[in-house]
Amino acid sequence: MSFPWAEEYRPKHPLMRWLDERLPLPRLVHGAVGGGYPVPRNLNYFWNFGVLAGLALTIQIVTGIVLAMHYTPSGDMAFNSVEHIMRDVNQGWLLRYAHANGASFFFIVTYVHIFRGMYYGSYKAPRELVWMLGLVILLLMMATAFMGYVLPWGQMSFWGAKVITGLFSAIPLVGESVQKWLLGGYAPDEATLNRFFSLHYLLPFVIAGVVILHIWALHIPGSSNPTGVEVKTAEDTVPFHPYYTAKDGFGAGIFLILLAFVTFFLPNYLGHADNYIPANPLSTPAEIVPEWYFWPFYAILRSFTSDFLLPAKLWGVLAMFGAILLLFFLPWLDPSPVRSGSYRPTFRWFFWILVGDVLVLGYCGGSPPEEPFVMISQLATMYYFAHFLIVLPILSWVEKTEPLPRSISESVLHGEHAEAAPAHLGGISPAAAE
Amino acid sequence: MATVEQSDGTLGAAPEAGVRRRDFINIAAVSFAGVGGVAILYPLINQMNPSADVLALASIEVDLSSIKPGQAIKTMFRKQPLFVRHLTPQEIQAANAVPMSELRDPQTLAERTKPGKAQWLITMGVCTHLGCVPLGASDGETRGPFGGYFCPCHGSMYDTAARIRKGPAPRNLEVPDYNFKSATIVEVGKVAK
Ligand code: HEM
Ligand code: FES
Repeated sequence: MSFPWAEEYRPKHPLMRWLDERLPLPRLVHGAVGGGYPVPRNLNYFWNFGVLAGLALTIQIVTGIVLAMHYTPSGDMAFNSVEHIMRDVNQGWLLRYAHANGASFFFIVTYVHIFRGMYYGSYKAPRELVWMLGLVILLLMMATAFMGYVLPWGQMSFWGAKVITGLFSAIPLVGESVQKWLLGGYAPDEATLNRFFSLHYLLPFVIAGVVILHIWALHIPGSSNPTGVEVKTAEDTVPFHPYYTAKDGFGAGIFLILLAFVTFFLPNYLGHADNYIPANPLSTPAEIVPEWYFWPFYAILRSFTSDFLLPAKLWGVLAMFGAILLLFFLPWLDPSPVRSGSYRPTFRWFFWILVGDVLVLGYCGGSPPEEPFVMISQLATMYYFAHFLIVLPILSWVEKTEPLPRSISESVLHGEHAEAAPAHLGGISPAAAE
Repeated sequence: MATVEQSDGTLGAAPEAGVRRRDFINIAAVSFAGVGGVAILYPLINQMNPSADVLALASIEVDLSSIKPGQAIKTMFRKQPLFVRHLTPQEIQAANAVPMSELRDPQTLAERTKPGKAQWLITMGVCTHLGCVPLGASDGETRGPFGGYFCPCHGSMYDTAARIRKGPAPRNLEVPDYNFKSATIVEVGKVAK
């Protein structure tokens, strides 16, 4: 599960030796995130985002469990119980704002993490399953966040639940029954709220389970790195602890400062004001928009406006789910033998165009469904699919890539290779190098 | 604590003659467990369908006597908005004047109302696109360019027979089952007995 030069776990204290023979949990930790896990020495800050996502999940679980101690999942009480958390419960406002903004930050770091993987080709062999398990986590996160947003039972909660479960009614023949089954009635109500609360509590723990699989699969080949060149010798790696515990600790500090800033100074900036109006089944808000992290997908959903063989509504739903399902095939849609975008000059252009395209989709998804946004979403949706289905396969054939370094050490040490080696092995002293 | 590591072997298995018998038991046991497992799924999945109390709200009565021509009311039926509209003669005429070929979901006003009661247009107030409540049933709300209802969510426009005319919705506003109990009382949720 690791490189042959990984430092072995050798407990010194007799109690730790006793424990190691019976339940080798400290050994597992040592090998997974301790001194026993060798990691490429050249990881940049984009490699912090996995740990940050784990931190965000932990924050959601901790704040969520305490919110659940004061929340009541019932149509008559849910909205008031959230207001009770905000006004009466000691520091309840802090816990709720941390949970609501924590969800946004969870998506920010996860999206950066995903685009990191796309840029550096982390999805390529032998890490296809790491990539695919990550996408499973993304889908579970989306389901969790959607159901969480229904819990405060405001206008956006109610109408979001109605519109999103309404997507399933697009399925031919069984659609209406599926929607009724999801809601437990004809419209969102008591039954809906209760089951969403139950699942919203459950899914984060399922996510934690899939995270374990994700990391297990990652630790078989070990982390990739900005060069995309695999680890060859002990010189290419440093132990996770203390090198990356320190680097991740620094990243976590920045992350927490930003989360605290938004939680304390802009707690409602990322939310929608209409969700402070209690749910009313008889009146639709002027405009239904989901949380910002769903906007790109919402834009794809709405960009199908006319029937073509299938009803427009069904196309929209297929395209929206397809936008994520497509990513499961990414390891095979991009067969270029060069992993990292740093050595793929043309790919790099298209990568940044894709990032721009997704931002445009996000902007349109958050805007009213009027021109010019509809037309822009249509073009951007087309480009999104073209990037994966046309651009990437063709690029892998025609692109002239740049020469790769022979090893990670060569790339980080440039000409200073000899300098880094101990003097008696032919190294030169720094003074002599000057 | 000392524990015994070995016993004298009296528990060793006797030579097995009927291997096929064991195979049979294996397959039978596993299949039985499989069938049981699938059977347990049924209640686990079906519990999520609408419960009896939700289904019990399945019919309501609406009094029409106070709705004047041109007016409409919004009420609740199965936890969803229901529109009851008293059409004016002009609105009826407008609906009847539309050629079928212009409709996405072709239906006449007569097919969407009860015989002799064409002025009573009773529909769900649920846009067939993604389920918003269209505007036009309450005083002062816009009725859209076709004079029926207008859905603000994604701009679906319905005419005076609540038929979809423009916008993303695929179908006309749904007409629920209902019957006239008397000249001014309708029972929504039940067909005439
Ligand atoms: C994957 C992790 C999670 C995500 C992404 C998430 C997301 C959300 C979101 C977006 C809301 C709506 C916030 C608002 O607008 O008020 C919410 C509410 C809520 N969540 Fe979570 N959540 C997660 C984990 C949990 C856990 C583990 C619990 C534990 C039971 C929990 C309990 C609650 C409760 C009680 C509410 C309603 C109170 C409120 O609205 O603030 N959540 N969640
Ligand atoms: S829900 Fe009415 S137009 Fe989309």
